[in-house]
Amino acid sequence: MSEIKLVPPNPVNGPIAAAVLSCGVGCFLLGVLAVAADGSKRLAAALNFYHPTGPLSGVTTVAIALWLLCWMVLAARWRNKSLAFVKVSALAFLFLALGLLFTFPPFGDLMLGR
Amino acid sequence: MEITLRELVTSIHGMLFGGFFLLALFGAIVLLLDWSNPDRSNPDSTPAQPAPRWQTLYLIAMVVLGWGAVLSGATIIYPWYRAVAPPGADLALYPKFLLTAHPSTAGWHNFGMEWKEHVAWIAPMAGTMVAWILLKHRAAWNADRAVRNTVLGFAAVAFVAAAIAGGWGAMINKKAPVQGGQSYQLMRSAK
Repeated sequence: MSEIKLVPPNPVNGPIAAAVLSCGVGCFLLGVLAVAADGSKRLAAALNFYHPTGPLSGVTTVAIALWLLCWMVLAARWRNKSLAFVKVSALAFLFLALGLLFTFPPFGDLMLGR
Repeated sequence: MEITLRELVTSIHGMLFGGFFLLALFGAIVLLLDWSNPDRSNPDSTPAQPAPRWQTLYLIAMVVLGWGAVLSGATIIYPWYRAVAPPGADLALYPKFLLTAHPSTAGWHNFGMEWKEHVAWIAPMAGTMVAWILLKHRAAWNADRAVRNTVLGFAAVAFVAAAIAGGWGAMINKKAPVQGGQSYQLMRSAK
């Protein structure tokens, strides 16, 4: 009699992938917005949500709002899915690394041609 | 022995929120490394269980400290730091202008503060994600090495970002302290 092996189905990892990827995207957007606000007076004025803090208030508020929105959308779409987590993780770390790079002032200045 | 309101709030921002957040992140990384031990993370040997209550409270406290640090910094301390000095004002009360008034100190603002004010936010964002996965998806953490490595990586980046922000904050506050406001006497001076 042949032995029947039970192979467990791939576990659902969509919610974790959503959390990881959205965090990477959020950090990336923070860096991009920081550089963009530094380079554009119009954007800096638009992001001046709280005058005593200046454009930093808008940069961080928008980045956090987009991060949480991205997290909610991805979590809803991937709620019951099993994804290639290594690929999602690599993408998240890429976004995170770019976010760190954009927050580094010499890199921002380089991007703005200063 | 006196302390001004701005000095007190800056201390709470940096030493209470920022300092304890950094300590908590380091503790969380140690905890994660311990949990990553193959004997403890093997799903066959340790069935998925919710995190003990103290770990839940620890991770929530870590997240609260992180957000407390960046929010108090951005909404209370930073406005004092960057306030525009009126002509003829004592620049000691306007740290940004005190630093940028001299080429030898301008880098503390143009490089240090510019970096700190943005990179700091990455720490609580990553810290929140790490805590959420550990509290809500412990089973996946136990079962999947890739998840463990990813969470550890983000926790390490959060620690580095918090250390950069905290380090620059401490150094900038030594060069151009945020001061002013009402004074409080902590202790009578010895004669």
